[in-house]
Amino acid sequence: MKQTKGRRRKAVMSCTKMENKILPYVDGRLKQSEALEMEKHLLTCAACSLRVNEFRAVGSLLDELPVIEPSAAFDVRVRARVAAEPAKQSWWAWFAPSPRVAFAASMLLLATVWLGWNTNVPGVPPVGLSGPEADMQMMSDLPVLDDHDVVSSFDPLKDLPQPVQADETNQQM
Amino acid sequence: MSAMARSDVQLMLDVKAGDEQSFALLLHRYRTPLVNFIYRMVRNREQAEDLAQEVFLRVYRAREEYVPSAKFTTWLFRIATNLALNSLRDNRYQRMEISLDAPVTADAEDGDERPIDVAEKHPNIEQHLIAEARSKMIRHAIDKLPEKQRAAVLLHKYQELDYGEIAKILECSESALKSLLFRAYETLRVELAPLVAQQAK
Repeated sequence: MKQTKGRRRKAVMSCTKMENKILPYVDGRLKQSEALEMEKHLLTCAACSLRVNEFRAVGSLLDELPVIEPSAAFDVRVRARVAAEPAKQSWWAWFAPSPRVAFAASMLLLATVWLGWNTNVPGVPPVGLSGPEADMQMMSDLPVLDDHDVVSSFDPLKDLPQPVQADETNQQM
Repeated sequence: MSAMARSDVQLMLDVKAGDEQSFALLLHRYRTPLVNFIYRMVRNREQAEDLAQEVFLRVYRAREEYVPSAKFTTWLFRIATNLALNSLRDNRYQRMEISLDAPVTADAEDGDERPIDVAEKHPNIEQHLIAEARSKMIRHAIDKLPEKQRAAVLLHKYQELDYGEIAKILECSESALKSLLFRAYETLRVELAPLVAQQAK
């Protein structure tokens, strides 16, 4: 009993082992030794034999599918898309791997230019001045210094009502 | 050496060196196989042409870095397979959205297929109808295969690539590919049983 079971399993095993070789056999892509082994197996195995025939049939059915031709516009479109490509690696292609870096860099550049331009506008020192003279001019021009007294002793701040207690607010609400 | 005799790799190396004419030759050589492969994957002619154009564009873009380490067709069909699989995945999401919005589905199947070729081959109307039904049945059987199996069958049957090449394209081992193909052919022989029985006689 045990022996028959084992033998049967062996027969199934050998079929499973053959399975992946059926298509290569049909294709004629097995090594000669493997092809001979397969033919030997096919003589004794009706199931694999049927498979070989049916795989061949499937193969020739697949041959029946019509081949479509690309439309007349196909080549034109490919050429147009290729022509739209930059011809050679241009200098900005260096940025291409990371558009974010490119964006950040250009923003930084823009900000620097804008800041540089903007700070120069209000208190531009006279063109003739330079060095300590220019510094002096700039310091005397600082309007905040004029208001220093007002800011350091700002009495109105003391008149502000005391902040309301938190729990009070809660009760009122 | 004549232009026709130049290998794919040689043409690609010429493209790399700046020869646009060689690119035109590669385009001429692979436009039909690529469009057909992608068409049989995505089942939409317009989309297939668009994706095939994208494949050529990517080949062109990669020309400067091109190194002939693998067969040209392996590289070409790997790009095509990835684009087709991605597009199928995107279509699935789109279809899901559409089916939620509009439960009524139009039967757009086979809308792209022109049975003209078949009609020309079979002037007899009855023969023509039989042939049309046959090829419809074959197409449907291929369409029903899981995507990776379908790609494997198409590359194996129509591009006549060897197992090692197809395995590289599908990024699996050669033995995994063989069982993928075995399963696909098993499904096809069941799906096409009536035709197979006729054929196998």
